[in-house]
Amino acid sequence: MTLDPVLLSRVQWAWVIAWHIMLPAFTIGLASYIAVLEGLYFFTGRELWFRISGFWTRIFAVSFGMGVVSGIIMPFQFGTNWSRFTDATADVLSPLMAYEGLMAFFLESSFLGVLLFGRRLVPTWAHFFAALMVAFGTLLSSFWILATNSWMQTPQGYTIVDGRFQPADWAAIIFSPSFPYRLLHNITAFYITTAFVVMGVGAWLLRRDRAADGARIMIRMALDLLILLVPLQMFFGDQHGLNTLEYQPAKLAAIEGRYDSAQPTPLTLFGIPDDAAATMHGAIEIPRLGSIILTHSWDGAIKGLKEWPADQRPPVGPPFFAFRVMVGIACIMLIIVVVGQVLRLRGRLWDTTWFLRLCQWTGPLGFIAVIAGWVTTEVGRQPWTVYGLLRTADSVSPSLTGADVAWSLALYVVVYLIMFPTGIAFMAGLVRRGPQQLEVETAVVESGLPHQPFESAARTAPQS
Amino acid sequence: MVLDLVPLWTILIGLAVFYYVVFDGFDLGVGMLYGFVRGESARATLMNSIAPVWDGNETWLIFGGLGLLTAFPLAFTIIIPAVYFPILMMLLALVFRGVAFEFRFKHATLRRLWDGAFCGGSLVATFAQGVVLGTFIQGFKIDGRQFAGSSFDWLAPFPLAVGLSLMFGYGLLGACWLILKTEGELQDWARRAASICLIAVLAAIAGVSIWTPLAYPDIARRWFSWPNIAFLSPVPIITALLAFGEWEALRRRHELTPFLIAIALFLMSFVGIAISLWPMIVPYRYTLWQAASSGSTQAFLLIGTLFLLPIILTYTAWSYWVFRGKVGDITGYH
Repeated sequence: MTLDPVLLSRVQWAWVIAWHIMLPAFTIGLASYIAVLEGLYFFTGRELWFRISGFWTRIFAVSFGMGVVSGIIMPFQFGTNWSRFTDATADVLSPLMAYEGLMAFFLESSFLGVLLFGRRLVPTWAHFFAALMVAFGTLLSSFWILATNSWMQTPQGYTIVDGRFQPADWAAIIFSPSFPYRLLHNITAFYITTAFVVMGVGAWLLRRDRAADGARIMIRMALDLLILLVPLQMFFGDQHGLNTLEYQPAKLAAIEGRYDSAQPTPLTLFGIPDDAAATMHGAIEIPRLGSIILTHSWDGAIKGLKEWPADQRPPVGPPFFAFRVMVGIACIMLIIVVVGQVLRLRGRLWDTTWFLRLCQWTGPLGFIAVIAGWVTTEVGRQPWTVYGLLRTADSVSPSLTGADVAWSLALYVVVYLIMFPTGIAFMAGLVRRGPQQLEVETAVVESGLPHQPFESAARTAPQS
Repeated sequence: MVLDLVPLWTILIGLAVFYYVVFDGFDLGVGMLYGFVRGESARATLMNSIAPVWDGNETWLIFGGLGLLTAFPLAFTIIIPAVYFPILMMLLALVFRGVAFEFRFKHATLRRLWDGAFCGGSLVATFAQGVVLGTFIQGFKIDGRQFAGSSFDWLAPFPLAVGLSLMFGYGLLGACWLILKTEGELQDWARRAASICLIAVLAAIAGVSIWTPLAYPDIARRWFSWPNIAFLSPVPIITALLAFGEWEALRRRHELTPFLIAIALFLMSFVGIAISLWPMIVPYRYTLWQAASSGSTQAFLLIGTLFLLPIILTYTAWSYWVFRGKVGDITGYH
């Protein structure tokens, strides 16, 4: 058996980024949540906000740490495994990634130290400010990395000199056609993901009657955010789809499982795609619904994959199924949020055990939706790294042998399978201890520092 | 391009790499020393002396890497695949080391395991960085704009020797940082560790200074031909003076001076390598100018860098200021 460095590099990339993407999906939302909680504490002085914020900050620290170490791996992948892609695109793409490092990573990591360790060392306002900066940093990070990804999907603002992309218009490069949609769609997804986790954890605490006052606040805040964001996300998703139809029609055809062009276009609910035969087995279709959803008209036309040569078609299976998983989760989320709000209006939210249990079990749904969405858009981009211009097969480092990549992939798999389950178990442990318990432990620790040079600073800091 | 930005970017990348080497160097050094210190409270002190700052320090690795990619993409494209496995080892080691900060406080039973991960991760990451540096000095087999050697070209005596040397170098930085941040018995211990590392570092500097001119005639000519030898002689002289100063500072129980002189020793080694290789960024093949990205790319990032770098340095300084002074047994939030 010969090992293909291209295929193995793709698997390696998918492996390291799929794990990594779950951390920003959580920390971006959580950073904003913590900033809100710190703000509420700063303005109202209520001890409860302080407790909830402290609880989530500890969980944030673990996930952020894992995000940093798994994130450092990402830029190096461009060099180790994708050096021909890097050589071709560096003049255009690398500043975007460098700006992410400059603006976001430094902001996050520096203020994170203060957020985590500085509670008693700096005044309350400075702690709130640090929380704001960390949250702002995570959003800046999304901005730049999604600008990079969007350019790979819908490149513009470049010229090609000697087979390498050269910048012509920076505004056009950053604000490529799919960028605004991708940015809104992703950040909203990350906020929703976090809100479901917060709601799930709140429900868990409430059912065990731990820190019940804090748990109720968590659930209430999550529900209020979600009733806004889940419908909004469906709207953003729809807009993003229209954008894909315009700029990446082959990807859209793959998502829809459409090999043959059609007008009007039915909506394929389900089927078994067969790329070799270019046909959908056992397709279940609803007439005209495809045209209505995708073109917002009664008889809009959708191009099928057969309009493209076979070597320019993405595989249909992954985007087709992943997209259905994502949309399915969105529908489940909408139902849960509406039910939650109805129960709340009737004043029965806190004693409806089945709903609390449902919240608990659906806490991780957002992560699955994020991964599904990522599979949809990235596999849908194939066989290109830069859409329509640079092939994935021509992007890999030429010096790599299949065995090299097999070794590195195996090591990444082993290390991640140790690190991520440990991290998740660790965070579960923090949840189990609950907000109050953690606060007590911290108090003991911090009062046991008689010869701290920080002591005077801590004493002068307002503690209200 | 009207204005040549290459010299400016050379200085910026140089500074970023140097900053990274010094700052992550001391916290990797503390990580390695962690394996040699006894007692739970001493270990907690070591870890807490770097806990608030390590990920800020590590961020410079990303900035150095991305800065190199942006300003000199050809260098990134050729060098990184050539050190595929050292980079892999470094990244995975940093993963273990990074999560150990959080995980070790959780399970008493697994604490030894995470202690091992912390120390071992620091060790492997440092060694791998040294190997990358050694491979860089050794030079690369190149075909056009791509690396054409094998993924094991780094497995040679010189890169491995540099890897070993860097472990003592970071060890020296780490020990001097601990002299600054601790007191009493632990500080005495750090002083002894610093002395041992200093001797090894000086041996390594001498070794590399003899090895490279012997192996590379170009480097020998650069240093020993007239009039270069006159201009460049201050480099070894200052290094020797610094070495003597470091020894004295340790003997006289200074607290801050050893750390500062250790940084100066690193600076001199850095300058030495720069002089040997100038103006190559992909040694012996591509110069800084040949490897540079387009003027527009360099200008675009430069605007933001010149604006943001002072701000970054300001708030980095602020976060060091917040955590100034000696570290107690338990400053952690755990």
